[in-house]
Amino acid sequence: MPNLEHPAYPAAKLLQLESLVPCRESQVSLLLSIFGEREQFSFPSIFIYGHRASGKTYVMHTLLNTLQLPHVFVNCVECFTSRLLLEEILIQLQRYSEAEQSSHVPCDTLNDFVRLFKQAVASRELQDQTLYIVLDRAEQLREMEANILPSFLRLQELTDTNVTVVLLSEIVWELFRPNTGCLEPVTLYFPDYSIGHLQKILSQNHPPLYSADFYAAYINILLGVFYMVCRDLKELQHLAVLNFSKYCEPVVRGEANERDTRKLWKNIEPHLKKAMQTVYLREISSSQWERLQHDDGEPGQLKGLSAHTHVELPYYSKFLLIAAYLASYNPVRTDKRFFIKHHGKVRKTNFMKKHEKTSNHLLGPKPFPLDRLLAILYSIVDNRVAPTANIFSQISSLVTLQLLSMVGHNDQLDGPRYKCTVSLDFIRAVAR
Amino acid sequence: FGEEKGDSEDSELRFATCQSLWSKIKAETEQIQEDLNKQLFDNLVSFLRQSHSDFQEKTTEWTRGMKPREIPTAALVLGVNVTDHNLTFRSLSEVLQNNITPYIALLEAKDCAGIKNLMQKLMGQLMNCHIDEDSLEDEDYVQVSQKRIRCSMTTLVSWYESVTKKTDSGTPSKRTSPSSSHGQYPPVVVILKDMESFSTKVLQDFIVISSQHIHELPLVLIFGIATSPMMIHNVLPHSVSSLLCIELFQSLSCKDHLSTVIDKLLLTTQFPFKLGEKVLQVLINIFLYHDFSVQNFIKGYQLCIVEHFYSQPLSVLCCQLEDAKMQANALSHGQCENVRRLPSFRRYVESQVSEKQIALLTEDSCLKETVQELLEDLQVYHENYVSVLRCLHVFTSFLPKHPLGKQIRELHCTCLEDRVWETEEYESSLQLARMLNKSDLVTMLQQCVEIFVSSSGKGFDKIVEKLKEFLTQFQQLEAEAIQEQDVSVSSQKELQKKTDLYHLQKTLLELKESRRCKKLTKFEVLRFEVVDYIDSLVREYLVPADHKTLHEVVYFNTASVLREHLNAAPRIALHTALNNPFCYLKNQTLQTDGGGISNKAPDICIAYRLHLECGRLINLVDWLEAFSTVVMAAEGPKADAASSAQDDDVIHARFIRAVSELELLGFIKPSKQKTDHVARLTWGGC
Repeated sequence: MPNLEHPAYPAAKLLQLESLVPCRESQVSLLLSIFGEREQFSFPSIFIYGHRASGKTYVMHTLLNTLQLPHVFVNCVECFTSRLLLEEILIQLQRYSEAEQSSHVPCDTLNDFVRLFKQAVASRELQDQTLYIVLDRAEQLREMEANILPSFLRLQELTDTNVTVVLLSEIVWELFRPNTGCLEPVTLYFPDYSIGHLQKILSQNHPPLYSADFYAAYINILLGVFYMVCRDLKELQHLAVLNFSKYCEPVVRGEANERDTRKLWKNIEPHLKKAMQTVYLREISSSQWERLQHDDGEPGQLKGLSAHTHVELPYYSKFLLIAAYLASYNPVRTDKRFFIKHHGKVRKTNFMKKHEKTSNHLLGPKPFPLDRLLAILYSIVDNRVAPTANIFSQISSLVTLQLLSMVGHNDQLDGPRYKCTVSLDFIRAVAR
Repeated sequence: FGEEKGDSEDSELRFATCQSLWSKIKAETEQIQEDLNKQLFDNLVSFLRQSHSDFQEKTTEWTRGMKPREIPTAALVLGVNVTDHNLTFRSLSEVLQNNITPYIALLEAKDCAGIKNLMQKLMGQLMNCHIDEDSLEDEDYVQVSQKRIRCSMTTLVSWYESVTKKTDSGTPSKRTSPSSSHGQYPPVVVILKDMESFSTKVLQDFIVISSQHIHELPLVLIFGIATSPMMIHNVLPHSVSSLLCIELFQSLSCKDHLSTVIDKLLLTTQFPFKLGEKVLQVLINIFLYHDFSVQNFIKGYQLCIVEHFYSQPLSVLCCQLEDAKMQANALSHGQCENVRRLPSFRRYVESQVSEKQIALLTEDSCLKETVQELLEDLQVYHENYVSVLRCLHVFTSFLPKHPLGKQIRELHCTCLEDRVWETEEYESSLQLARMLNKSDLVTMLQQCVEIFVSSSGKGFDKIVEKLKEFLTQFQQLEAEAIQEQDVSVSSQKELQKKTDLYHLQKTLLELKESRRCKKLTKFEVLRFEVVDYIDSLVREYLVPADHKTLHEVVYFNTASVLREHLNAAPRIALHTALNNPFCYLKNQTLQTDGGGISNKAPDICIAYRLHLECGRLINLVDWLEAFSTVVMAAEGPKADAASSAQDDDVIHARFIRAVSELELLGFIKPSKQKTDHVARLTWGGC
């Protein structure tokens, strides 16, 4: 295990940092050596990527906070326009200099930003320290104006100040690289936590009432059940908290002591499996799950979200949907055979139908014109259907319900084309 | 109403009656709506209450720190009748405003094309609602234009902080204001009306953003879902849906809603106005076949009321009984004539003795008295009708396969249509009723007794007595049956003693025989009696309404008008307009006997008629030729050569105009397959 060592920072701080970021020591030490000492100019931009919940944000946050480095932390999803993003950075900068609480300044363009940024840094008398701007979820930057990403990459050069931009993202740099004016950042990969890491991190934060060993054993069991389906640290932590009280139950009741792992395992395992089918998939909410544990009820009473698949539709809407499904999955040339009575070639059609169905389901729904939909509708409904406004409005309401979807331009008045977006199971339920 | 054929003061009166009736009905429907939603709203309110009960509490529990905060979310499944949702949401937000929080934002997908629009809308609504609450202090908020406010979550958070702080340090007088009832930190409720229509990206971004701030801003989401809650999983990836803590709330199905509405509006004597069988059928069909919308049903009902009061001069009498009697007394001579003209009244007159006939037909005062009596009769008939109908429904709804329909509305329709006891379904259901077992029969009878006791009708004492008598008889029967069982048990004991096979067989047969006989004598006879009694009740009280005198006053039965108004058929209307312009223009010269094309018709009609005869591709030259032939037919031979060249130009221009009009209407479009051809876009008769 590499101990964190750096001449610029006190050893106590480093030790504290090390205890806070388990399993990420190597990355932290690498980052520290890139950062250098406080005054030293660092790389203009650093790109950190890694899978979801691999500790990117957390590590950056704790690193900057424990070492008390001046920094600005911005989430790019939240600042959905460039203006918001830039202003947010400036506002956070202002917070450093408590003395000057000026009202917020509008900052529309990057040019303004550079100017204001320089002002802010100068007024804060922090030129001698490196300022870190951390942009979380940096993939959102690609959707903003074309100049945002390149200029953040070379902000040091543009503002001529001691600043380092850190980009955090879940995707690789290759998907970012802008066409022009790009300065390659230092890329750093945060690998996924291994099962050992997960075990270590999860058991670190044990509840005060129970011993660490006891909790570690619990985490072990939990990982045994969930590791196959979920390696997301956050999600695992969530599940661990949710199910811990159940695990403790025998101990609380006095049926088993903390060492009695086998008994505890027997108690918890079916429960965890149930949790995997329900809470993990968000079929039932965590608060409902907690209540359920409390009442010790059967989860059978609480139906999950997917239990309510049945949709009640008006009579003609059902037929419209079925017609749309048929139009989407049957080729046009079979229409004549399927929907005109007395075609005579029954055996052959059956064979053909079977053969084509499979392949068509793999291909997905095809668009069809409105006329075809109505023609099929007239042939599958027994009695005569008048083409009233009600029928047409039902088509559009099916579109708003996202059971059908409009293909092509929305403003196309003549010959709109639709697609059926529901699955075979759904249609089966409707057709019943 | 003004230009109606009747005299003017009557029409005013009718209008007033109509208005008062409708306002009563409207109040009633709103009441129904409220009652139906009460359960749902109560659940929601309690959910919202506890969703953020621990907000800002400094808990030291270790779980707090570790658990990622989820956004409490209520998934509200409302069914596919989207048109009704607005009302539900409006009352929901009202309820929430009164009970939980002043901070409510209602978002619709059409306003939220991007995350920016969504935030703008959200902040606008939240801050405005705040202004509404105590408008005096926050004048400056109004002046700040929407653009100047930075539409970000941080602004919202700081706004929330300032607002809660203000209420916290408010003066005692302010404590009494409604805001204090919301608790110190009322949650911010965001209602997404139509979850399905939101674009996925907007929704995901919004959820991610708000989950970042959930610690500072107690946000609660309410999703209005029209289809099924599976939707949420389809729209949101796991990484986003794991930020939500979703609980499901299901509203009452719209079919149940409709049956309650019918129950409360139609099957009651509270409102004098009634719907005829065909009209009711039309309304129910529209509901079931097309939109599932209770609002539309009520709108249709309103239309019926208006139409009835508009077209029926005697609808002045369609009000509560006491008023109706007064109205009847005040009838003018013309109105009396109207009464005499009613077919049902004529039938009534013909059934009277001759002196009475003359009196009725000549003296207005005599007529008025009779009308009052008849109105009273009608009222009593309705009272009895409803109770007996419910009673019959109790019986028929229990039967297997439901020959008379599962819902009371179906039964109601059958009864209105014709004599119900003459239908085959009634026969078969009686047959089935004769095979019911005892416990079912007893419970049904008890229900019937309850119905009759609770109903307001006068003549039911006897019926109740009779039914109670049946019940006691059944109880006696039960007691006897127990004894009988004792007997049979003892006989079985005897049976065990005997070992001889022949004897055994014989006694078994005897036992069987005796059992059958006994049942026939006691229980089955009673059962037959009950069924026959019910049958007699039905025959007495469930006479269809159009057999009653003066039913025209309160029944609206012109379904065709309603169908015309509610079932719009644009293509058919267009076709008739173009094919038979007389229908709309009412110009006598245009009246044709079907076959030929008149040259007096507008150009577009001629072009349309001609294009109907063509195939998929229409040759423009041929079409022009035919067009000019039709147009020239009238002018005929008198046109000389000099003017014909000029005429040709004019006709050509007229033709081009007609064709372009048809193109605009979407009947044809230019084709690229062949030069000088247009493609036809419509097929078939309409």
